[in-house]
Amino acid sequence: MSTSVKTIDTPVLHEEPLIRGNPTFDAVTEKISAIAEAKTPKMWYVAIGISSSLMLMLFAMILYLIWEGIGIWGLNIPVGWGWAIVNFVFWVGIGHAGTLISAILFLFRQKWRTSINRFAEAMTLFAVICALIFPGIHVGRIWVAYWMIPLPNQMVMWPNFRSPLLWDIFAVGTYFTVSLLFWYTGLIPDLATMRDRAKTKIRKLILGIFSLGWRGGNRQWQHYEMAYLLLAGLSTPLVLSVHSVVSTDFATSVIPGWHTTIFPPYFVAGAIFSGFAMVSTLAIITRKIYGLENFITVNHLEKMNKIMLVTGMMVGYAYGCEFFIAWYGGNDYERFAFINRAFGPYAWAYWTMISCNVLVPQIFWSKKLRTSIPVMFIAALLINVGMWFERFVIVVSSLHRDFLPSSWDYYTPTVFDIGMFVGSFGLFFTLFLVFLRFVPIIAMSEVKGVLPQADSHHEGGHQ
Amino acid sequence: MNKMHSKGGVMLAEFENPVKLLEAAQKLRDAGYKNFDCHSSFPIHGMDQAMGLKRSPLGYIVFVIAMLGLLGGITLEWWTSTIDYPLVISGKPFFSYQAYGPVAFAIMVLSGAFVALFGMLALNKLPMYYHKLFNSRNFERAMNDGFFVSIDAADPNFDQKNTGKWLEEIGGKNIEMVEAE
Repeated sequence: MSTSVKTIDTPVLHEEPLIRGNPTFDAVTEKISAIAEAKTPKMWYVAIGISSSLMLMLFAMILYLIWEGIGIWGLNIPVGWGWAIVNFVFWVGIGHAGTLISAILFLFRQKWRTSINRFAEAMTLFAVICALIFPGIHVGRIWVAYWMIPLPNQMVMWPNFRSPLLWDIFAVGTYFTVSLLFWYTGLIPDLATMRDRAKTKIRKLILGIFSLGWRGGNRQWQHYEMAYLLLAGLSTPLVLSVHSVVSTDFATSVIPGWHTTIFPPYFVAGAIFSGFAMVSTLAIITRKIYGLENFITVNHLEKMNKIMLVTGMMVGYAYGCEFFIAWYGGNDYERFAFINRAFGPYAWAYWTMISCNVLVPQIFWSKKLRTSIPVMFIAALLINVGMWFERFVIVVSSLHRDFLPSSWDYYTPTVFDIGMFVGSFGLFFTLFLVFLRFVPIIAMSEVKGVLPQADSHHEGGHQ
Repeated sequence: MNKMHSKGGVMLAEFENPVKLLEAAQKLRDAGYKNFDCHSSFPIHGMDQAMGLKRSPLGYIVFVIAMLGLLGGITLEWWTSTIDYPLVISGKPFFSYQAYGPVAFAIMVLSGAFVALFGMLALNKLPMYYHKLFNSRNFERAMNDGFFVSIDAADPNFDQKNTGKWLEEIGGKNIEMVEAE
C-alpha cells in the first residue's frame, strides 16, 4: 500500500502560472522597460501618422461645427440626439473595463489583473476624453459651456442640480479625474524603475520628476498600498454609478423606450461588456507587436472572454426584459416603441445589435473557441460594433417616431456625423500610441509581486 | 519614525530575495532598530509586521475628507437651489435629496481620491528629489531586482563597525556606508 499522499491531484485547484516562462525580476524590468526605451519602431510612425490625421480631421470638423452650428449633423425634429450622443455613451462605456479591472478585480484579489490593468486604465482615460468631446460640442454655444459648472457668475445664476444632465457632468468628470489619479498612483514605482535605468540626462530628469523620488522602502509601500486600496474602494462604486448616471439622461425623461427603471443596471452591464471587448482587442494587438505573450497569456484572454460571456448574457436578458415589460406594462406608446424598434424602419440596426451582442458571445461557451486568438479577436470587434448599435438603437429608434405621427421622421447621419466618429477613433489611437511609446505598458511592480519567487513564504527565493 | 534627513550616512546591505529580506527585517526589529527601511521593487507580503510598523493612518484621513466632501456637496446643492437661486422646475421641490445624490456622491469620491493620492505622498514625504541613498550605485537596482536594508546612522542602536558585521552575519551582502554629499 502506498503511504504517499502527495500523489493526490486536484485538477480543480490547479491554476496555470499567471506569468509564463518563469522570468526573473530583472527579466520583467528588462522586457517592459525596453519597450519604452528602445528606438521608435517605423511602424509606430506609420500608425500615429494615420491616427493623428484622423484626429486632425476631428478637430477641423469641430471648428466647423462651432462656426456653423450643430445643424451640420443629421439631427432633425424629433431626432434631436443623434450620433454625438451615441458616440458619447459608446466611449464612456468602453472606459468601464479599465476601472473594473483596476478597482473591482483588485478588491476581489483577482491577481490576473496585474498584466492588463495598466493599459486598460490608459484605455479608460483615452476613451473618456473621446466621450467628453461629444456632449461638450453638442451644447451649441460651446463658448459658454462652462455654465454647466457651478461657478459664481455675474448673472447670479446656478446650474440645476436636479437635472440628470448636470449629474452627468459631475459623474463623468469625477470618473476621468479619479481614473487619472489611480493610473498615476500605479505608475509611480514603475517610473522610478525606469528612472534608475535611464541612460541619458533628459530621460533621468523627466522620469525623476514624475517618479517623485520614490525609493521603494517598505515605509513608503505601506502607505502606498493603503492608498491603492482606498482608490480601488472609491472607484468601485464609480464603475457602477457613472453609467447609471449616464442612463438617467434617458431614463428620467418621458420618452417611451427610455423611461424604464432597468436602464442603470442594463447600461452598466453593457459598459463592462463593451469595455472588455475593447481591452481584449487592444491586448491581442499589443501582445503580438511587443512579444508579450508570456505576460498577457491566453489564460488572461480567456478570463476576459468569460466576463464578456457573462455580461453579454446580462445585456441579452435586459433586451428581453424590456420587451416583456413593454407588453406587460400595458402602455400603448411603450408597446409601439418596442415593436417599432424590432420591426420598424430601424430593424436592421436592432438585429445587428442582437446578433453581435447576444449571439456572438455564445461562442465563448466552447473552451476551444474562447482560447483561440483569431476567433476572440473577431468576436471582440463584433461586440464593439454591436455595442455601438445598442446605443444607436436606444437613442434613434426611440426618438424617430414620437407621440405625434405627423412629426415622424427618419434620421440619417451626414458626413460630419461619420467623420467625427471616425475622428474620435483617431484621437483615441493617437493617445494610445503615445502611451505605448513612452510609458511602461505593463505594471512591472505588480507583475513582480505575483511571481512565485515574490511570495515571502516561497522557499529558496530565486530559482 | 523615519528620520532619513538626519546628518550622517545610511548603511546599505543587500539581501538575496524577499524571504531573506523579510527575515532580516524581523531581526532588525527584534534587535531594537527604529530608523531602518527595507527596499524592494514591489510590496512584500508580511513586511509591515516584520518591521513592526503600525497600520497606515491614511484610511482615516481619507474617510474624514470624503465625508466633508459629501457634506460640502449637499450644502452647495442646498444653498444654490433653495437660498440663492430657487427655481421651479417641473414642480420638483427645491430641496430634493434624491436628486442631490449623484452630485454629492461624485464630490465625495473626488475629494476622497485626491486625498488618497496626495495624502499618501505627504505621509511618504514625497516628492523628495534628493536623498542620500541615491548616492549609492548599487541602490539603483532597488526598483529593479535588488532587496535592500538601509539603516540610518542616527539610529540609537547604530554602531558603524558592529552593525555592519551583524548585517553580514544575518545574510547581508555588498554592505556599504552611503554618505550625504
